[in-house]
Amino acid sequence: TPVMAASMAAGGGAVTRLLLGAPGGCGSARRGASARQVGPGGAGPGGAEPRVGVNVVFIDRSGRRIPVQGRVGEDVLRLAQRHNIELEGACEASLACSTCHVYVSQELVDKLPVPDEREEDMLDLAPQLQENSRLGCQIILTKELEGAEFTLPKITRNFYVDGHVPKPH
Amino acid sequence: MGSSCGRVCWKWRSPLRRLAGFSRLLSTAALAPQICVVGSGPAGFYTTQHLLKHHRLARVDIYEKLPVPFGLVRFGVAPDHPEVKNVINSFTQTAHSDRCSYYGNVTIGKDVTVKELQQAYHAVVLSYGAEDNRILGIPGENLSGVYSARAFVGWYNGLPENRDLKPDLSSETAVVLGQGNVALDVARVLLSPLDILRKTDITEGSLAAIACSKVKRVWLVGRRGPLQVAFTIKELREMINLPGTRPLLAPADFTGLGDVIKDVPRPRKRLTELMVKSALEKPGEKEAGRWASATKEWGLKFQRSPLEVLSAADGKQARGIRIAVTRLEGSGESARAVPTGEVEELECGLILSSIGYRSLPLDSAIPFDPKLGIIPNSLGRVQGEPGLYCSGWVKRGPTGVIITTMNDSFDTAQSVLEDLQTGVLNLSSSKEGFKSVRSILHSRGVHPVTFSDWEKIDAAEVARGKLAGKPREKIVDPQEMLQLISH
Repeated sequence: TPVMAASMAAGGGAVTRLLLGAPGGCGSARRGASARQVGPGGAGPGGAEPRVGVNVVFIDRSGRRIPVQGRVGEDVLRLAQRHNIELEGACEASLACSTCHVYVSQELVDKLPVPDEREEDMLDLAPQLQENSRLGCQIILTKELEGAEFTLPKITRNFYVDGHVPKPH
Repeated sequence: MGSSCGRVCWKWRSPLRRLAGFSRLLSTAALAPQICVVGSGPAGFYTTQHLLKHHRLARVDIYEKLPVPFGLVRFGVAPDHPEVKNVINSFTQTAHSDRCSYYGNVTIGKDVTVKELQQAYHAVVLSYGAEDNRILGIPGENLSGVYSARAFVGWYNGLPENRDLKPDLSSETAVVLGQGNVALDVARVLLSPLDILRKTDITEGSLAAIACSKVKRVWLVGRRGPLQVAFTIKELREMINLPGTRPLLAPADFTGLGDVIKDVPRPRKRLTELMVKSALEKPGEKEAGRWASATKEWGLKFQRSPLEVLSAADGKQARGIRIAVTRLEGSGESARAVPTGEVEELECGLILSSIGYRSLPLDSAIPFDPKLGIIPNSLGRVQGEPGLYCSGWVKRGPTGVIITTMNDSFDTAQSVLEDLQTGVLNLSSSKEGFKSVRSILHSRGVHPVTFSDWEKIDAAEVARGKLAGKPREKIVDPQEMLQLISH
């Protein structure tokens, strides 16, 4: 089955890539620190990167739009949590759960690096999986993601009946 | 919690809001909802988290039967999956909220009844999970050498009730009945190189027993076919890549599946593709080398339904299992296995039944559906019992991963919040919460374990683990835990 072989081959390549960034099993598998993440002006990992803002929008589970500014190199889970947006990171970005599942706006989803096999495996456990599904902890903000929208899946019914008050921005 | 604090602070910014907020605070201060949650596993903690986050005043007390918290995160998650246990950090954050208290070592239904809890709290949420397992219901099930996977998992994870299981690992072949993630977990623990296991928080007693294990082949037996397996892809991939082992996958079981799965949902498709690839494709050089040098093996047997555990000459020890060959009626997830009449015997001295967990009723006064093994409920509201709720496995049955329990716990919490808002939960009668439970416990000689007590136990476990080069050495005797905190 050629289709299958192709998908397997793609997955296999991704694993090698990921290993660069996540040595030693149980630690964080955030991509931010990996060697392939090159900051503006070519600043590598550990280098003093200027803080470059990336404006993105979260759409929470009640459909509310929440514009926030992230930093290049920051992952979307951390960004959401910094802004009190209800995105859980049960396994703390170690690719062992899918609680930070988000939908990425269609026009930008293709600009993200292809998800590696471990992310794909976890996405398989995400309720209401779509073509543009990704794990927030694996999306690293770049300038290219300016204007991206991250929609939280409506996994539960009628959220926020308590009159949830969002933080002002 | 940080987030709710942020919200409250913001309310104080504008003078108008300040007034409104203040009067609201005054009028509701006396009416802070007192809520309790029974069970401190993921369902209990996620329910609590959501309640605290979305209600500025609610107080939540969590009761736990064991001295130590976190339920299946501590006692179910495999020791070689430490990353899954990271969720303990966010549960700990919840427990540290000044509106949350943890009371371990309290058995609801025995030390305190649910009725008594209902008198003490505005709302009671049952999140006590599934402490039992489904039984096979076949002759020989009670022979020596047959265990439930639940008990086996409890044993290697230090669950007090299973600490003396002493499973007989003297047989070369083990059979796991079931093809879910628990089945893969026990197979992996049985076959993992010791160097991997000894760096985990597996208990020292079980590690020592596994070090002497003779098991070198594990069959995972399922009544249905490869398209109906219940395990998920991460766990399968882990098994396929397990050092020192090779998979035994009969090509005949997988030929032709490539066409069948074209239209199935993605998770099933990718899972099946991985099985097909491992069974039918020529392995890469590295993999081939690993398989050739492997000393242990594992495999999947499909369309086999257990009929009887066979006893050895002594009539006490299991020596094998008789299984019925089945054919499938229907297709996909709902396919049914029907015996063909053909019967086989499989020799094995260790049999682990991994056909599912099962919830038990807590208290005869609480509605319980024995057939489904759940508390009948609508969106977490227990049927016919206003003020009583349920979440997690006791609400929807023992399936799913942490995100499933998280979502359904948020749903239940949402039902509670809704009922607070609409007045279904009457806050006009003030409730004493733990104050009244404390006196009940005191009069019955029960000493609850607090979260800071647990943190002492935790520190002791971590310190003991450090000496052995592992994340923690679990204390498996509740008495020892209690002594440690001088109860």
